[in-house]
Amino acid sequence: MANKKNEALKQPLWVNNPVVVQILGICSALAVTSQMKPAIVMGLSVTVIVAMSNVIISLLRNTIPNRIRIIVQLVVVAALVTIVSEILKAFAYDVSVQLSVYIGLIITNCILMGRLEAFAMQNGPWESLLDGIGNGLGYAAILIVVAFVRELFGSGKLLGYQVIPQWCYDHGYLNNGFMIMAPMALILVGCVIWIHRSKNKDLQEK
Amino acid sequence: MEHFFSLLVRSIFVDNMIFAFFLGMCSFLAVSKNVKTALGLGAAVIFVQLITLPVNYLLQTKVLAPLGLEFLSFILFIAVIAGIVQLVEMVVEKFSPSLYASLGIFLPLIAVNCAIMGGSLFMQQRIVMDPADTQAIACFGDSVAFALGSGIGWALAIVCLAAIREKLEYADVPKPLKGVGITFITVGLMALAFQCFSGIAI
Repeated sequence: MANKKNEALKQPLWVNNPVVVQILGICSALAVTSQMKPAIVMGLSVTVIVAMSNVIISLLRNTIPNRIRIIVQLVVVAALVTIVSEILKAFAYDVSVQLSVYIGLIITNCILMGRLEAFAMQNGPWESLLDGIGNGLGYAAILIVVAFVRELFGSGKLLGYQVIPQWCYDHGYLNNGFMIMAPMALILVGCVIWIHRSKNKDLQEK
Repeated sequence: MEHFFSLLVRSIFVDNMIFAFFLGMCSFLAVSKNVKTALGLGAAVIFVQLITLPVNYLLQTKVLAPLGLEFLSFILFIAVIAGIVQLVEMVVEKFSPSLYASLGIFLPLIAVNCAIMGGSLFMQQRIVMDPADTQAIACFGDSVAFALGSGIGWALAIVCLAAIREKLEYADVPKPLKGVGITFITVGLMALAFQCFSGIAI
């Protein structure tokens, strides 16, 4: 049993990562990764929301009639997202402006519905909590990797601080403006999938 | 009238849901294996977008904003979308079984398509924009134009990708990159091509 709980937390971090293996929650993963800060905030928000909605749905799982479960799940998630969005507006206004509609779009993030349907409806609250945290962190990890590359090469900064020294620019180094643009996020995620699959051979398609 | 058309063209090409905002990516990647199903899903998205977005516009301007209840918008919008999708499914099933046979399986998928929810959330942001801005949604007609444009833009993107993926079947792709990996990179290159449209002044 202890082993299963451990698996629920660890599996999604690498072997069964929600973004690169299950291909869930791509929309927001791509859109918020031009800088590290919004990516981290987004990753944490999703982790909190997945974990909490997993717990709530798993507590309610025996009382929800099967036919209306999707609506119930959507309402629980929408309520949690509203709370997170109001908290962000109150304490981190600039980040919430940067994330714009993507916070609201956590509601339709496939990771949430996927985990609720596939895990929380069948398992107890404690396992669901661990599963939610694991999946949220797996999602956050990909976001942070992509954002790291994009911010470092796109604007020479990390978390808003200049890391590529001035003398590099004096000697003719230029920021790669292409990295900040939307298409690069797609290509980078494609590369992450490439690396991931070459390490996990059983995931490769024939 | 001019604003209507510029908003329409802008939301198809410049502010394309997929290539500029990455909305509706999950079903975009999952259901783009062949052109025929892609067309079906694209049509369903246009259809649902055209109904839900104006309804949410009315809800936002006539109910939520006057009462100061904007913080409820997430819950209401998703409820409207889920409800309308269910309703559309029942109506289509009753009156046009042939359309239902081709769209049917896609309709439930659309309730959690971020392009639909995203459209409503963008609409909410654009209401408060300066009316002279080509992105602004100032009246009911504008919200219909935005709904139509964003729906068509999404459908266009998924049909194009499906056509490319049909050809890719015969390409010799490195093994770890096969399937999703190469699809991501293809979409990235398509998005690059669509960046050209952002230079158009409308």
